[in-house]
Amino acid sequence: MASTAVAEAPRPAGFRFGRAARRYGWTVAVYALLALLMVITIAIKPDYGSFEWNTLTLAALPLAFAAVAQTMVVLSGGIDLSVGPLMALANVLALRAMLGHDLNYSLVVALIVLLEVTLAGALNGAIIVVTRVPDIVITLATSFIWAGLALLVLAKPTPGIPLDFQNLAQGSTFSPWVPNALLVLLVIPLVWIPLRRSRAGLAIYAVGSDRNAAFRSGVNLGWSRLLAYAVCGFFAACGGLALSMTTGVGTPLAGTYYTLSGVSAIVLGGVSLAGGRGGMLGPVAAAYILSLIPAVLIYLGIDPNYGQMIQGVLIVIVVMIGGLGVVLRRA
Amino acid sequence: MSVRVVSAVRLVQQRSIVVLIALLVALAGLIEIIRPGAVNASWVSNILEFAAPLGILAAGQTLVVITGGIDLSVANVATAAAYIMASQAPYGVTRAIVAGLLVGVVVGLVNGVGVAVFRVQPLIMTLAMGLVVTGSLNVYSQAAIRSVPGVPAVIHALGSGTVLGYVPVSLFLWAPLAVLLILGLRGTGFGRLLYALGDNLEATRLAGVRAWQVLLANYAACGLLSAVAGLVLSGTVNAADLSLATVLLLPSVAAVVIGGTSIFGGSGSYSGTIVGALILTVLNSVLTLLDVPDAVKQVLYGAIIVILAAAYTRVLGHD
Repeated sequence: MASTAVAEAPRPAGFRFGRAARRYGWTVAVYALLALLMVITIAIKPDYGSFEWNTLTLAALPLAFAAVAQTMVVLSGGIDLSVGPLMALANVLALRAMLGHDLNYSLVVALIVLLEVTLAGALNGAIIVVTRVPDIVITLATSFIWAGLALLVLAKPTPGIPLDFQNLAQGSTFSPWVPNALLVLLVIPLVWIPLRRSRAGLAIYAVGSDRNAAFRSGVNLGWSRLLAYAVCGFFAACGGLALSMTTGVGTPLAGTYYTLSGVSAIVLGGVSLAGGRGGMLGPVAAAYILSLIPAVLIYLGIDPNYGQMIQGVLIVIVVMIGGLGVVLRRA
Repeated sequence: MSVRVVSAVRLVQQRSIVVLIALLVALAGLIEIIRPGAVNASWVSNILEFAAPLGILAAGQTLVVITGGIDLSVANVATAAAYIMASQAPYGVTRAIVAGLLVGVVVGLVNGVGVAVFRVQPLIMTLAMGLVVTGSLNVYSQAAIRSVPGVPAVIHALGSGTVLGYVPVSLFLWAPLAVLLILGLRGTGFGRLLYALGDNLEATRLAGVRAWQVLLANYAACGLLSAVAGLVLSGTVNAADLSLATVLLLPSVAAVVIGGTSIFGGSGSYSGTIVGALILTVLNSVLTLLDVPDAVKQVLYGAIIVILAAAYTRVLGHD
């Protein structure tokens, strides 16, 4: 468990294959699975082109942010069942304020929304830290609050996100194979890499992997957990804005799907729900895999209603294989 | 602090259900203040009728939470059970009810295999199974059904009928179930094993308990109870659609937590959960009386659960 924290310290010379395999094996496997799925997709649909690729990146963008937001909290040893409603809140706040304005105005709105929903995430964390009620209970309850607020802001799905703002994610400015939706994902490393390398980021891993050890090493548990929830709120806000950009619509009820699928994505992405283990690369790839499945079904001419079922079965199989590994190693 | 206060605090800690019942009475009093005369026999009857499906759903959840798990598929199972029951109704009511209950048992068994044999975290296993159930149900509804199925008269009577004017029929199902669960958890070996597993899985295993068998049976029981709750609910609202019980997932967990069962497992009781379910139902009734929009209702509902849980943790000194 503590190996994550140790790995940040200068390593003795010599590359240890076993440890590298343990640390990165799952991530590599997830990317291999994604690549395999892409190959299958292209085999099924030989005319798979930049348009389809663009569609995939658009579908995966909000989910990728949902997964990354959840990862943040799970790394700190918690769980946030209000990620989806937070996204919905950001989404409708953006629509309400942007309606009928130009790009510059929209960008300012986007910044304010990011700030507001980050604060909402921080509030989740603050309540958990102060009341000492288990995170699953608090975020379950606050998911009602954020979802209710989203409904107050906007009673029903409404289109009207300014086109210029939508195009930040929808077009492909540089090359048809590098859609903007892929570039928007760069927000993740821009925030995550400095955070992970900082003391605060290391503290989040430490708290997630062993709370007592972290406390005795002088880590401020309360602030670290609060920070994790705040950053989770920030990424959830990104997800909500991504939803605005990719759909152009404000949907107050988008929440539930993204909470559950976000958790699915991080599990598939190799983040341990026990905390302290995992990164951001796996969950993002998993978000792509989960978004690719319905598309593949459509190409195969299968009812896309099977999508949810297959997503569930895939997760069950993946976690069972993971669990089996643990059981066998113990035996 | 005077001796009397200290002993009061101790009483509260030992008999937390007293506080919950006091809270329930206070909420009822609040309704009486908002609208004098509202709290009468038919109001109580209504509350019991609407609390029954939640109470039964939360019963399964209580069993799982006591073992240190959580079941996020209860609402999906309840929905699927009700929908399949309704769609099978034309072929005979008995067959329909058995089919509905089977859905619950099968999903519960799969959950149990995942959690007990493959050691998958309950949260993930049940979440994924919830997706599988809902996805399968969507496919089923498109493939097999041409019109929205109706609820058979027996189920409708079970969910919303009353005896002697005020006693809901569902109480005749819920009350025996409750007695069975309360006594079973307290007095039977199986019940004690659930607490033991929730308290310390490894120790229980080392003590020679076949933990996987107990967990498997427990998840199957939870699935069965969820299916029963789904059937009752479809009778109460007299419809079975694809999102019937979705709204009850979070309340099912909230009822367990408010009822004092530790989310980490090892302690709690079904009697607490019953009061939790009643509190949530009365709370809903208060919010409905206040005549606020649904959105505000939702916000207040969430806020009150936070406050309750926080107060509870503070008073009982749980960590």
